[in-house]
Amino acid sequence: MFIIRHKIIFYTFSAILVIGSIVAMLVWGLNSSIDFKGGSLLEVSYSNGRPSQSIVIAAITPLNLSASVIPSETNEYDIRTVTLSDAQKNSLISVLSALEPSSTSTMPIKIGSTTAMATVSSPGMQVTGFNTIGPTLGAEAAWKSIVAVILVILAIVLFIAWAFRKVSEPVSSWKYGIVAIIDLVHNIMIPLGVFAVLGHFYGYEVDTLFVTSLLVVLGFSVHDTIVVFDRIRENLRVMPGSKPFSEIVGTSINQTFVRSINTSLVVLFALAVLYFVGGAPTQHFALALIIGIAAGTYASICLGSPLLVTLEKWQKGKENKKK
Amino acid sequence: MLFMLKHRMIAFFIIVIAALVGYFVYASQTSMPFKLGLDLAGGTELVYTADVSKIQASEVSDSMTALRDTIERRVNIFGVSEPMVETETAGIFGSASTQNRLIVELPGVTDIDAAKAAIGATPVLEFYLIKTKDYTAITAKNLNATDTETAIEKIRIPTGITGSMLSKAALAFDPTTGAPIVSLQFNSTGAQKFADLTKNNIGDIAAIYLDGQPLELPTIREAITNGQAQITGGFTLDQAKDLVRNLNYGALPVPITVLSEQTIGPTLGQATVNAGILSGIIAFIVIAAFLIIWYRLPGFLAVVALAAYTCLNLALYKIIPVTLTAAGIAGFILSIGMAVDANILIFERMKEELRKGRGIMDAVHEGFSRAWPSIRDSNTSSIITGVILYYFSSTSVIKGFALVFIIGVLVSMFTAITASRFFLFAVSPKKQGRLSLFLMKNGFTN
Repeated sequence: MFIIRHKIIFYTFSAILVIGSIVAMLVWGLNSSIDFKGGSLLEVSYSNGRPSQSIVIAAITPLNLSASVIPSETNEYDIRTVTLSDAQKNSLISVLSALEPSSTSTMPIKIGSTTAMATVSSPGMQVTGFNTIGPTLGAEAAWKSIVAVILVILAIVLFIAWAFRKVSEPVSSWKYGIVAIIDLVHNIMIPLGVFAVLGHFYGYEVDTLFVTSLLVVLGFSVHDTIVVFDRIRENLRVMPGSKPFSEIVGTSINQTFVRSINTSLVVLFALAVLYFVGGAPTQHFALALIIGIAAGTYASICLGSPLLVTLEKWQKGKENKKK
Repeated sequence: MLFMLKHRMIAFFIIVIAALVGYFVYASQTSMPFKLGLDLAGGTELVYTADVSKIQASEVSDSMTALRDTIERRVNIFGVSEPMVETETAGIFGSASTQNRLIVELPGVTDIDAAKAAIGATPVLEFYLIKTKDYTAITAKNLNATDTETAIEKIRIPTGITGSMLSKAALAFDPTTGAPIVSLQFNSTGAQKFADLTKNNIGDIAAIYLDGQPLELPTIREAITNGQAQITGGFTLDQAKDLVRNLNYGALPVPITVLSEQTIGPTLGQATVNAGILSGIIAFIVIAAFLIIWYRLPGFLAVVALAAYTCLNLALYKIIPVTLTAAGIAGFILSIGMAVDANILIFERMKEELRKGRGIMDAVHEGFSRAWPSIRDSNTSSIITGVILYYFSSTSVIKGFALVFIIGVLVSMFTAITASRFFLFAVSPKKQGRLSLFLMKNGFTN
């Protein structure tokens, strides 16, 4: 009941986060990867320690590729450019490898009391990865991502409205759907906002994997919402009429919030492990999921169900006016 | 008593099956390893778009097949193990224009330029002269196919006639036998050269090579001066059709341009695989510890079910097979966390029913049946998400993730509900002692 009574506080907290996220996106925008805008990404590794960033930038500036050079791992650079032709790519690689040519040298090493000559060879700069995406393909991926997000939201909402179709009193089933939309939008706005901030300050990129994490957040965060709604549905049957709707919702939240938190907690455990141990390719993916799922758990307990109560009050208010 | 015995037998049966499946996953690592995506195995992916604007709509699919076959042949010559060449029709949702694409995956190939050269190069159709006596000398040795081919390559004589001198190839039928034959039409230069060749070498072989591979070895029966030739190889209708197509489409049937290319070094992939395995193990241990501490006996049973879930999933990845990418492994780890959701819902419900004063068996029954609607609805929304993700994924990486996600939800429906139910009924204490109640309840508050 605590949550229902103080719902304004929780609404405000969510509103601040969502508005903050929107502002962050409007001000800084999202740092889109080549997945969406097209371009090339060359990953190179220097085995003898990488040359300084300014040297690399100075070396490739004459090529005029509007390149950005970002260090990654311990001795690698990620170089992002416009979509490269084969010739451009080859000249870029040759410029970069000139910074650390492959070499073979002999040096004395001591084994016990004898000194032997050992051959030390260095492979020089190596290309560890190359990815280039044409602008049309990028635009297509961006468009598909937006359509997928909208479709998932619509499909889930329709499904919820359908699954709760037998519940019509005192709040009709499509209102459960509307609340679910608000929840879902809330849950993806927050990771979007966080990534706008991280993108601006730390260069975090938004790529197809990030969109995947948004879709998973949509699909998963609705679980907790369904659990509470399901309990409301059940309690409306068991405790008919006699009690006010707000009390039924409050009781339902009290009865289910432990399991809502626990189901999210086990998923967050898995994601935290993935974030810390799983390696670079999926680290940002895990982060986006952690943020979205945490937001989703909060929303299912502190935003979604209280909103049902608010909707019911509005409805009552209207009916009273009519009378 | 019979009820419990039946459940114990089924529970035991499920554990044995899961253990066998687990053993299969482990033992088949050499004969049937996990299929790793390019990002993990290292290699090159090229996406081409085919320009079909000059081709009639009805023939687009045929020429795309021809394109795929041609490229597959060239990739095979390149010496790649398990290359994948696929065609795909893609369109921006809602727009009428579609694109015909060709996706080429070359595991282990990191020299992207060489790969592109091999794929994009115009294939070479060549005619060689092989003296019949040399040929019979080789065939008489009864060598294996590869050795025969190398031996023939040593004795074949270049004729200077190439595919660029062929104006057309067509399918025809022998008027008397009805057997399919391939008729060739040379242009004037080709006709002249072919006339010289056939005039001087009747009885020998005018061998046709495509991309360095012998295509047909027809024997010259008479001098051909009109620039027309027939190959009466005694082949089937399909073989003849293929040959005609290959000859006509000596050049690629449709011009292609690179849309995207990607190369991943093998070292990065191995590190990701190792990190993925390690995080899978740690995630399992953390989740298992949480379940046992919080949910006690049922929690332990959920861990057994989760172990079965892991075995079944890994086996399915091998059997289907699912191409595992970094995202796919992440999806699997995520799904380990999601798979126990149903268990948590059921156990929490059981606790509630116990609090209301129901007997243990009753509470277990109620726990399952009352938690079911929300489990069903949640999993349905997950599957909806997975399916949309699968169809709207712009890369094979995301497709792989979506597949792992969907399989995870479906398998967890079995392990977290069906299997857990048998486990619980198999060991649930009959007597309502303090110990048995403690074992069945959970959380901080009893």
